[in-house]
Amino acid sequence: MRALDIEHLDVDLGGRPVLRDVRLHLDRGELVGLLGPNGAGKTTLLRAVLALVRTRNGRVLVEGRPARPGRSAIGYVPQRHEFAWDFPISVEHVVLSGRTGRLGLLRRPGVADWRAVGDALDRVQLSGLRRRPVAELSGGQRQRVLVARALALAPSILLLDEPFTGLDMPTQELLGELFASLAREGRAVLMTTHDLVAAVESCTRLVLLNGRVIADGRPDELHDVEVWMRTFGVSETSPLLKLVKAG
Amino acid sequence: MSITDFLTDLVNPDLAFLPKALAVAVMSSIVCGVVGCYVVLRGMAFIGDAVAHAVFPGLAIAFVLQGSLVLGGAVAGVATALLIAIFSQNRRVREDSLIGVFLVAAFALGIVIISQAPGYAGSLQQFLFGSITGIPDRDLVLVGFTGLVILGLLLALHKEFVAVCLDREMARSMGLPVFWLDIVLYVLVTLAVVISLQTIGNVLVLALLITPAAAARLLTDRLGVMMLLAPAIGGTSAFVGLYLSWSYDTPVGGIIVLVATAVFLIAWLFAPRHGLLAKRRTRLRQPPAEPDPVTGPAVAAGNAH
Repeated sequence: MRALDIEHLDVDLGGRPVLRDVRLHLDRGELVGLLGPNGAGKTTLLRAVLALVRTRNGRVLVEGRPARPGRSAIGYVPQRHEFAWDFPISVEHVVLSGRTGRLGLLRRPGVADWRAVGDALDRVQLSGLRRRPVAELSGGQRQRVLVARALALAPSILLLDEPFTGLDMPTQELLGELFASLAREGRAVLMTTHDLVAAVESCTRLVLLNGRVIADGRPDELHDVEVWMRTFGVSETSPLLKLVKAG
Repeated sequence: MSITDFLTDLVNPDLAFLPKALAVAVMSSIVCGVVGCYVVLRGMAFIGDAVAHAVFPGLAIAFVLQGSLVLGGAVAGVATALLIAIFSQNRRVREDSLIGVFLVAAFALGIVIISQAPGYAGSLQQFLFGSITGIPDRDLVLVGFTGLVILGLLLALHKEFVAVCLDREMARSMGLPVFWLDIVLYVLVTLAVVISLQTIGNVLVLALLITPAAAARLLTDRLGVMMLLAPAIGGTSAFVGLYLSWSYDTPVGGIIVLVATAVFLIAWLFAPRHGLLAKRRTRLRQPPAEPDPVTGPAVAAGNAH
């Protein structure tokens, strides 16, 4: 069974078509980069997988079942600026908050919850900073806290929204390695990014999206500059294409 | 007047209104302190202000009909909170504009209603600026009971409220009912405001919600500690404020707010990590940031986004 099946997905936002006939399948062990210009529908696609937007047509299956908020085995890592970093809370409590939905009303976290928090922190190598207030973390550390929060649910699918934005190259590289190893351990990882270099470097597959899926394949299969030109709406002389050819 | 004279007056049967006022002021300050932590952390101060004004027509109706002021205020405040939450679903008009519309409209309605009651100028002043006399026994019970309900609900829904504060999108993806949690929080803010109106007054109640919580935020980086410090600051300000107000015959609401503001200013200057002086000291010393094994040195708080 596939970790994620998206079939003939159409999504409208405010009466405007955003996604049309999107087909995308993810297996465990894959790290898939979702690339496209602004407004291509990358975040909307992630929100559709999370069942946070109404779909007009088509379906999203997570491990063979329709996606439901709080029920599906999905770990979501939103863009870093969505999070209230000035909130007075420690790293470990942020990671614990990832289990709020699963715990349910009026239930307090128990031994199993704290063990999941400890495992998630170990996995992203933040155990040493677990009592640190989140306001004092660097950008790369913040990104890892959000990944740990998603991992606290032991998900089989990980959705990452622009994890590299605003980070320097060494930090991007280390995070890319982390995402690749999370995939190798048997998770399906889907990541939106504007960072072509990091995507080509670390992803096992790339999906080019602009309202619909324009291309889908291994990075070394996507040497046809024409699909990149169509996805990003750039001309033949664009420096973007040089980047792709080099990758 | 010395503090012992004040304590003697508190047990003097001829001054029975004084311990009642103290109990209501301290209880409502404690509740406002805890609720205020969410108001401050979510940046909802304007909503608190709106609700405080919106309870006014309810008070006016209750006053004209000789009903319970707490009950009248609660009904009007909750109605406004619901209206704001429902109207804010339409994204064409922003939430802050809506609040602006409703708070002034409610206040205007209150003034029109209360002007129908004979001798309204005196009672108007009492509503706006608070008073320590004329608190009926049943309000004492009502304030205590409402306060316990508010604190109980905050405790029960703590982890949900925190998750929504941290990041709404993630909270939605976890299946939390974000809209309903917002409504519950608005209603709790309203109730905290309503039980404080009697002693503090309509205009000043916002300070009870914001000032202790903001001072507590400066003193700690832990939410649990903040939620204990804020009610402690609020309750102490209420006690000291009532004592000073009784000693110098000054309006109680104003004095309580000034005491709380003094605590805030002291915290702003002397807080161990976030105070002005502590910041200046660390800037002079420039301690080396602890390097991280994976992503290198930490940046200064608040710079990285």
